[in-house]
Amino acid sequence: MASKSEVTNMRSKWMSFLVPALAVLVSLLIGAIIILAIGQNPIKAYGVMLKGAFGSRVAWADNITKMTSLLLTGLAVGFGFRAGVFNIGAEGQMAMGGIFAMIIGLNLGNVPPVIAIPLTILAGMLGGAFWASIAGWLKAQTGAHEVITTIMLNWIAYHLTNYLVSGPFTVGIGIPKSPEIAKSAQLPPLLTAQASTVPSGIIIAIAAAIVIYILLEKTTLGYEAKAVGFNPYAAEYGGISISKNIVLTMAISGALAGLAGALEVMCVHHRIFGAFTSDRGFDGITIALIGQNNPIGIIFSAFLISSLRAGSNSMQTVGVPDDIIVIVQGIIIFFVAADRIIKTWIIKASKLGKNKSSQTIKGGEEA
Amino acid sequence: MSEENIQETLKDYAVYMKNITKVFPKVVANDNVNFAVKKGEIHALIGENGAGKTTLMNQLYGLYKPTSGEIYVFDKKVDFKGPSDAIKAGIGMVHQHFMLVDNLTVAENVVLGSEPKKGILFDLKFAKKEVKELSERYGLKVDVDAKIEDIPVGMQQRVEIIKTLYRGADILILDEPTAVLTPQETNELFEILRALKNDGKTIIFISHKLKEVLEISDTITVMRLGKVTGTVKTSETNEKELANMMVGRNVVLSIERPPTTLGKSIVKVENIWVKDNRKLDAVKDLSFEIKEGEILGIAGVAGNGQTELAEALSGLRKIESGSYMFNGKEITNLSVREIRELGISHIPEDRQRRGLIPEFPVYFNLILSQHYKEPFANRGFLNFDEIKKYSHSLVKKFDVRPPDIYNLAGNLSGGNQQKVILAREIGSSPKFIIVSQPTRGLDVGAIEYVHKELINLRLNKGAVLLISMELEEILSLSDRILVMYEGRSMGEFENGELTIEEIGLMMAGKRIEEIKVLEKV
Repeated sequence: MASKSEVTNMRSKWMSFLVPALAVLVSLLIGAIIILAIGQNPIKAYGVMLKGAFGSRVAWADNITKMTSLLLTGLAVGFGFRAGVFNIGAEGQMAMGGIFAMIIGLNLGNVPPVIAIPLTILAGMLGGAFWASIAGWLKAQTGAHEVITTIMLNWIAYHLTNYLVSGPFTVGIGIPKSPEIAKSAQLPPLLTAQASTVPSGIIIAIAAAIVIYILLEKTTLGYEAKAVGFNPYAAEYGGISISKNIVLTMAISGALAGLAGALEVMCVHHRIFGAFTSDRGFDGITIALIGQNNPIGIIFSAFLISSLRAGSNSMQTVGVPDDIIVIVQGIIIFFVAADRIIKTWIIKASKLGKNKSSQTIKGGEEA
Repeated sequence: MSEENIQETLKDYAVYMKNITKVFPKVVANDNVNFAVKKGEIHALIGENGAGKTTLMNQLYGLYKPTSGEIYVFDKKVDFKGPSDAIKAGIGMVHQHFMLVDNLTVAENVVLGSEPKKGILFDLKFAKKEVKELSERYGLKVDVDAKIEDIPVGMQQRVEIIKTLYRGADILILDEPTAVLTPQETNELFEILRALKNDGKTIIFISHKLKEVLEISDTITVMRLGKVTGTVKTSETNEKELANMMVGRNVVLSIERPPTTLGKSIVKVENIWVKDNRKLDAVKDLSFEIKEGEILGIAGVAGNGQTELAEALSGLRKIESGSYMFNGKEITNLSVREIRELGISHIPEDRQRRGLIPEFPVYFNLILSQHYKEPFANRGFLNFDEIKKYSHSLVKKFDVRPPDIYNLAGNLSGGNQQKVILAREIGSSPKFIIVSQPTRGLDVGAIEYVHKELINLRLNKGAVLLISMELEEILSLSDRILVMYEGRSMGEFENGELTIEEIGLMMAGKRIEEIKVLEKV
């Protein structure tokens, strides 16, 4: 029995895929115009970009490595959005995840990987969760807005990282950095391509996306989180504790960012250094937005952004600055955030197709 | 009154809206409507919610443009670009929600937007004089120097009326003006309307209260589903005929309240104090009891602590002091969930803000507050089969339209949203239910339905606390009535013991003892 609203729901699901897809296409088109304007060949530039992202095993390895942490920070922000919190602090939570994973990972030399790896992952998640729940607790107790508190916590985490790698945990000379974590706490690569490796972290990250999807759609915890996100007054009226939920969703969101930090340490650098998070916490906001805060959508948007990033380096070889990709990314966000623009296009296109009178379209815009 | 007739005698009419059609996406709000108001009459426009009354008036006031049709004001065809054009043409509108600046004085509010000036300075003295003149001329008693936040709602409404007069309105549109007034204030308003009429003003009065319409108007136009079902002379019609025209079928105007045997006292509230959002005392030293199978009505003008009382009893607001007992157990300041687990449910006054999650489908809304319990959840996982089965049965039983559990709650009409809330709150067969403004904004048919459900609950030995600003609703449903004024109880009495006038006095702050003394004299 397919009811009318089920059809509408299907249509809105289709829309939530169509809008970002069109946004990406239009943005690449605008990017092409800009490339033309600076006197380069956009077809050539995009060709090189594709090659840089997918053209070789090394390219793939680079791409997937980038994707792993972007997927997790995207999930962190997206989950927060669904539950009504704007977690700008994925950057700091990722750093804390890395720090916790590093500290635990350093001390697991005599422990077999079967135990060391889960322990280190858990430590990273706890670090992120702890950091985020400070902001959650402050919001629940005092009403302090999480946007402000998480930004402040980002700076604290940033300076804490710098202090740790140049003080208590410093090793060697040159760039201040921590020692390598124990071999048994390092995640073995999935594939090796010359010097690059495809980290097995990607499997954990995708698994995390699926877990978050199930959590949101199938569990009472997800029901409550979404209820608070949509309408806290009604949630409270329905016996859902707002303050408990805010702390809990911040903690889950932070755990995901912390996991990104832990995997970065366990798969890529095996250590931390100043600013090792390199703004990926903030990229999470973009990715969540493009993925429409849907965990499965976020898998695709993380892959999109990592591909653009991986490809943008090669574009420079044909004289197109990689800033073009930053511009393209910005335009994508613009169109996704202002989704009414694209939706109106789609509605107009489908209405023209059905040859409907212009009268109804006018009405549609008015509403 | 045929169309040719109107065309010929157009100069007798203040307003003539001809063949007005207004199309919104998916909805035809006004379908070929003809609406004509004679100069100097009080013309009531009635109809159920969503019948298109306000849409029609918003077009007359320049807020919407008609999709098709013509509007004539004082014999002249008009094409308003916005309300300012309508105001220039002599039309004034008093909205349901007042558009006043709280921390300005009455005089300042009236002249706001067209302030009298002396050179470049605001001439407050002249403004005050103007306002005083207007107020005296029509018996619109106001204190020109008082701040809006300090004066009662009835006076705020008078300020709104003065404002339209100050701007030179000859045609006044009043949207549900009596919804916020006590019976006495309503009578005062009617006196003012008559004075305005005697002075030659034309008044359009939007309402759904048939008794009032019959009392004040000269002519009545009834709308249903976007169309005009008829225009009648007030002297030639009656309540029953109007109700039929509004709903399209016979309506039971007063509900039967069969006698019941009361059970034991189940809810006991003693000397409770509750604060409002501004941390001021909103409920002061209130006490009452409710027995099984009894409806206790709380009467009072909006904003006298009823909202805070309902929230406190449902666990949403802290009880500062006093005791709240249920079934002999102290339950003061338990959490919402703990209170609900005892079999207490709550129909909130603000159904869109509190009662529903508009972005959730109907089936998710129907389990809100029970979502974590068997059979809807099992070890933290939602059991969709059970949820949907339960929802299907409730949607059918409570006649939610469309009967589609996948529909988003926000897409339902007000009446059907209320049915979803009723289904959830009554469907769980509560022992005690706190009901706030259960029929606000609902049409006659839906009101009838809600009232029937509450009476059913009472027959099933449920205890009901009914809070309503509609005195008629309180009178038709309650066994006992308590009147609240400024957070305090003005007294409690059996339904039928006092007259409407006496209850009105209590709503305005007279204690029951004072009234009983008056009775004896």
